[in-house]
Amino acid sequence: MPLPFEKPIEDLEAKIEEMRSYASEQGIELAEEIGLLQQRLERLKRDTFDNLTRWQRVQVARASGRPTAMDYLQGAFEGFTELHGDRTLGDDPAMVTGLARLGERSVIVIGQQKGRDTKENIHRNFGMSHPSGYRKAMRMFDLADKFGLPVVTLIDTPGAYPGTAAEEQGQAWVIAESIRRMSRLSVPAVCVVVGEGGSGGALAIGVANRVLILENAIYSVISPESCAAILWRDAAEAEKAAEALKLTAYDLLELGVVDRVVDEPIGGAHKSREETVRRVREALLEEMATLSGMGAEALREQRRRRFRDLGRFRDAA
Amino acid sequence: MALERWFRRNRPTRKEDDNAPAGLWLKCEACSAQIYRKDLVANAYVCTECGHHYRMPVEARIELLSDPGTFEPWSGAIQAEDPLGFVDTLPYPERIEKNQQKHGRPDAIITGGSLLDGEPIGLIVMDFLFLGGSMGSVVGEEIARAAERAALEDRALVAVTASGGARMQEGALSLMQMAKTTVALESLSRKRLPYLSVLTDPTTGGVTASFATLGDVIYAEPGALVSFAGPRVIQQTIKQELPEGFQRSEFLLEKGMLDDVVPRKALKERLAVTLRLLRAGRRQLGPVEEVERAAAV
Repeated sequence: MPLPFEKPIEDLEAKIEEMRSYASEQGIELAEEIGLLQQRLERLKRDTFDNLTRWQRVQVARASGRPTAMDYLQGAFEGFTELHGDRTLGDDPAMVTGLARLGERSVIVIGQQKGRDTKENIHRNFGMSHPSGYRKAMRMFDLADKFGLPVVTLIDTPGAYPGTAAEEQGQAWVIAESIRRMSRLSVPAVCVVVGEGGSGGALAIGVANRVLILENAIYSVISPESCAAILWRDAAEAEKAAEALKLTAYDLLELGVVDRVVDEPIGGAHKSREETVRRVREALLEEMATLSGMGAEALREQRRRRFRDLGRFRDAA
Repeated sequence: MALERWFRRNRPTRKEDDNAPAGLWLKCEACSAQIYRKDLVANAYVCTECGHHYRMPVEARIELLSDPGTFEPWSGAIQAEDPLGFVDTLPYPERIEKNQQKHGRPDAIITGGSLLDGEPIGLIVMDFLFLGGSMGSVVGEEIARAAERAALEDRALVAVTASGGARMQEGALSLMQMAKTTVALESLSRKRLPYLSVLTDPTTGGVTASFATLGDVIYAEPGALVSFAGPRVIQQTIKQELPEGFQRSEFLLEKGMLDDVVPRKALKERLAVTLRLLRAGRRQLGPVEEVERAAAV
C-alpha cells in the first residue's frame, strides 16, 4: 500500500513499466521516451521527499517495508549472534540483543524490533517492550562493560508497552534504571533512531555518546495521536500535533537532541532497504572510529555532559 | 480527567492549593464525612475521619518536611522558553504566564536547602497544579541543580514528586530531561549521599520513569496513583476494566516496587530515620575501604 503522497510516484512508475513491456512486446524503440519519464520520476520523487510535511515523515517512519532492527543486525553487521532472555521474567521478542562484528570490532547490539508482517508484528508486540525487554538490554550493558565491547542501539518503537502486566512489573522503574545504566557505560555507545523514537521507551536505550537519526525517522516525547487527544481533545488532529511537536530529524538536530542525520535514499528507506542499511553501517563505522580513542572516564563524562546540558530556558524576569 | 483540573479557568482564588473542595465545611471524597476545612488543613490535608490523603500545597509540604525556619530556596532563577513555538489551543508562553501569575512561581517546582529533623538536605517539591507538574527544561534543570548543589554541600536529597509526566509543549527536549535528571543524581552517588524519593498523588509518565524511581529508598503516600502509562491509556490498550486499587501505592508495595507506604504524618520522622541509618555507613567505613569504594563507583 503506497502512502497517500506516494500515489503520483507509483502511477508514474507503473506507466514507465507499462511502456517498457509494450516496447519489448512490440519490438519498438522507446528508450528516449522512457528516459524522459525516468527523469521526470526522479524529479517528482525528489520534490516529494524534499518537501515532506512533518506528518508525512511520521508516516514514512512507520511505513511497512522500512528496514527493521533485524535487517540492520543482519545487514550492517557480520555474524550477529542473538542472545536471549532477561534471566528473571522471560524473553521479550520486541527487544533483540546480541553480539556481532562491525568492521574490525566486536560489539554488543540492541534493537527494538517491529514485525515485517502482521504475524511477526503480533509476535513482536509491534516493537513495544515489556520490562523484560529493558532488563535484557541492561544485561547487555553489563556484558559490554565486562568485556569492553562498544554498544550499538537501534531505536524503533511506538513506546514502551502500556499494559497491566508491564505496569505490575515496574515499566517505569526499568526504564529509569536502563537510562542510568546506559549513562554509566565505560565503553563507546552509539544510538541510531531508525524508525519511531517513542518517548521513554526509546530513551531507555538512547543514552549514547552519539545519537544518530535516519532522515525520515522521528523521535518524540509523545505520539502525535496521543498529544492531539490530550491538547486538542481529538486524536484526528494528529497532523497538527506532529507539526507542533517538531519531531523530525532536522528539527531534533537543531534542538541538539540528535548529533547527526543519516540521509535516506530518495523515495525513503522503505523503497531502498539495502542502500539504507549500508548507509547506517558506514555512519556507525565512522562514529566508532571517532570514539575509539576515548578512555572509560572520558566516555562517561562526555555522555553525562551531553545529556546534562540539554534543555532551553532563560533567566527569570 | 484529572489533568483538566488545572486548566479550569476562573477558579475562585484561595490560599489553599489542594484538591479538597472549597468552603468552610466539606464532604470528604473518600468517606463522605462532613469535615471542617480548618481541621483538614491542620491535619496536613489528611481527612480527620478516614485518613484519606488529599493533595497538598507545595508550601505546606515544605513546612511539613523542614525544621522551622530552615528552608532556604534554591530554585526560581530560571523560567521556560518556547523552543518549539508551540501552540495548541493557546500559545505555550501564554500558558506559562497564566500559570506563573496564578501560582506565583516560575515553573512547576520548588527546590531548596533545609534541615529535616536536624539532617541537612536538599529538598525538591513538585507542584502538580502548575501545568500538571509537567517536566520541561526548567523542571529538569532545577532538579539537576538541586542534586548537584546538595552533593556539593554534603547534603542528602529528598524529592517529593507529583507530575503528569514530561511536558508536551517542549517536545523531545522534555523527554531529554529524563536523562538529564538521571545523570545529575550521579553527583550524589559518587559522594555516597542518600537520595530518597517520596511519590505522591499523582506521579506518572516520564517523571516516574526517571528520577522519581531512582531513589536509594522509595516511599509513597497512601492511595497515591503511581504509574508509567495512565489508567486511561491502559484501559484503551486492554479494553477492560482495571482492577480496584491498580497502580495505587499499596498495590505497588505488594508488587515490590516501593520500600514502604508511609502516611503523611509519619513521613518526616521516617525520612529522618532512614537518612540517619544510611548516612552512618560512610562514617563506618575505614579510610582504605573509602578509597576502594570511591574508585568503584
